[in-house]
Amino acid sequence: MDKAGIYDRLTQVLEDVFDDDTLRATPELSAKDVDGWDSLTHIRFLLTVERSFGVKFSTVEIAKMRTIGDLAALIEART
Amino acid sequence: MQSVDDKLGWLPPAPLDHSLRLKSLSASPGPIGRDLRGLAQYALDLNALTRIFKTVDRARAAGISLEPLEPFRLAVLANSTIDLIVPALVATAVRHGLALEVIQPAYDQVAQEALTPDSKVNSSKPDAVLFALDFRSLPLRLAPGNTGASEASVSGALGFLSALGDGIRSNSKAVCIFQTFPRPVEHIFGSLDRGVPGTLPYMLDAVNRQLPEMTRPSGDVVLDIASLAEAVGLANWHDPQQWNLGKLPFSDTLIPLYADHVARIIAAIRGKSRRALILDLDNTVWGGVIGDDGLEGIRLAQGDAMGEAHLAVQRFALDLRQRGIVLAVCSKNTDEIARGPFLHHPEMLLKLDHIAVFQANWSDKATNIKAIAGELSLGLESLVFLDDNPVERGLVRQLLPEVAVPELPEDAAGYVRTLAAAGYFEAAAFAVEDLQRAGFYQDNARRASLRDQVGGVDAYLLSLDMTITFKPFDAVGRARIVQLINKSNQFNLTTRRYTEPEVTAMEEDPSIFTLQVRLVDLFGDNGMISVIVCRPAKDLADVWEIDTWLMSCRVLGRKVEFMVLREVLAHARRAGVRKLLGTYIPTDRNKLVLDHYRNLGFTRTGEDPSGATRWELEVAAANPDEAPMKVVSLL
Repeated sequence: MDKAGIYDRLTQVLEDVFDDDTLRATPELSAKDVDGWDSLTHIRFLLTVERSFGVKFSTVEIAKMRTIGDLAALIEART
Repeated sequence: MQSVDDKLGWLPPAPLDHSLRLKSLSASPGPIGRDLRGLAQYALDLNALTRIFKTVDRARAAGISLEPLEPFRLAVLANSTIDLIVPALVATAVRHGLALEVIQPAYDQVAQEALTPDSKVNSSKPDAVLFALDFRSLPLRLAPGNTGASEASVSGALGFLSALGDGIRSNSKAVCIFQTFPRPVEHIFGSLDRGVPGTLPYMLDAVNRQLPEMTRPSGDVVLDIASLAEAVGLANWHDPQQWNLGKLPFSDTLIPLYADHVARIIAAIRGKSRRALILDLDNTVWGGVIGDDGLEGIRLAQGDAMGEAHLAVQRFALDLRQRGIVLAVCSKNTDEIARGPFLHHPEMLLKLDHIAVFQANWSDKATNIKAIAGELSLGLESLVFLDDNPVERGLVRQLLPEVAVPELPEDAAGYVRTLAAAGYFEAAAFAVEDLQRAGFYQDNARRASLRDQVGGVDAYLLSLDMTITFKPFDAVGRARIVQLINKSNQFNLTTRRYTEPEVTAMEEDPSIFTLQVRLVDLFGDNGMISVIVCRPAKDLADVWEIDTWLMSCRVLGRKVEFMVLREVLAHARRAGVRKLLGTYIPTDRNKLVLDHYRNLGFTRTGEDPSGATRWELEVAAANPDEAPMKVVSLL
């Protein structure tokens, strides 16, 4: 999948998880930019991303993730 | 076929505009309960369930009514993170007709919350407390091969659970729901673990086996999560990464399924389980179309894969009937042709005798299902309709949304598993009467035809040779009393629901007058058919307030209520009671008893703004009609 495709699908996941269709996946976006993105919603978000892209992240990868850009790079390397 | 279980395969997939429809509901002035319940009848994932939860939450904050959803307060005590689970529980409860309010104390405060009288949980007066515990919460010490230590660990674990239950019971009236414990995937020996005392699988097996015994005397409920985890596979259930990351007790993908299992047991406690299974015939009960293929052409034989799939449907229906589920048939067919296989096909397991109502004609299925409900005196929400044809399923879902219509897979081999996975007939307790219920309804159909023959009602009643038996509440009748209190809707004057601990308290309170009523007739024992509770009126020792009066619709039209009143009056006189007060609280189900007190000679004294009417009867002057039956009073 190309970069644009990954970001498009991440935007859909954001809408699904946060119930907010104004959110756009951008490389800089991170938890502090979004209302209600707490540690538990973060887990729900990552689990939805894993299912949506058919990938599985390791505990170390999850710990290092800071931005949507980090996440997209990981997905790009896998797909 | 595993997907049937973990993807809520009995529910249709959510439509694409599901989240939009949910949003538009948020703008409605309410009440939104009915529409919300409709939107919960899909196979929803955790994110969609969370959206339903938020809609409920916003409605509550804005004061928008959730009626007709029935309120229920559930406290959840867990040794793990349940923050992702709670929204799914609230949303899934909507699917089962409940407006669930979850009381969730701080993380891992199980013992403190249960044992402290004024803890958050105990002071919030929940209707039920769910102990959402897994094996990590139990004081089990690994001791391979050491029988004594193994037994000590197991009884320590059960003692811990039992103390939690006692804590809740002594501090609130809540019913406790205990979960069985899925064992971890890992073994230390391998196969040997199962048989070596002191290993974790061995000890968990023992705890799970003894848990139902432990809860039985108190009326608490067991939710068999160990079975659920086995059904989906332990390796799918336990997710070590999710436990490490967020202390999630089991894999997030299984939260919707878990939530449905919790919601259905709560619905069962509230008497909302379903009671009858209506079967389509062609391509459901047998393979092929009887009208086209004929008796020789339908697929219904051992050794034929397709025939065996349909035989399995029949076998499961019979198994359900044995535990008290009523069976009926609804088929688009000519009646005589549809009955053919039941009468003449040697491989048929189902016989006409097993079917309480046989409805085969060319009218639409919704009309026929309504007729079946009428014949059985059951509400539409008590019915499940099994049909292979997606068009018929869609029609019934559309016209009769109260009826449960499982989505079925293409291959008939999956029918039984799908129907079973839906858990429509979940029960929180099992009374002896349940065993015979399917027969009761059938006898009723026979009685109805007898009534047509004999003409006059009194002559008919006399011919039934009835004996009515009165007893106060007791331990033997308790399970059935609780069941009747929680599921009688139609002949129920006040529709007050009480839990088993509350009913036990009534039994023990000498100021409360209670009656359990049984009826035997020509056709057999109807079991317990009526329950009455009278309390002394506030400030007036010589006045009884009728708190609860309910009756099974099986015995409608037998003048049982007159005989019950005669019995109540006899005891009222003995107790020096001067006056009886009655209240009728209308619901959308109990119009049947709108004039109950008027018919019994009570005088109407007032009406509340809510529509409830108040009635009274002077004990000295009252003399209700006597019905032709023998009376046995064991008070």
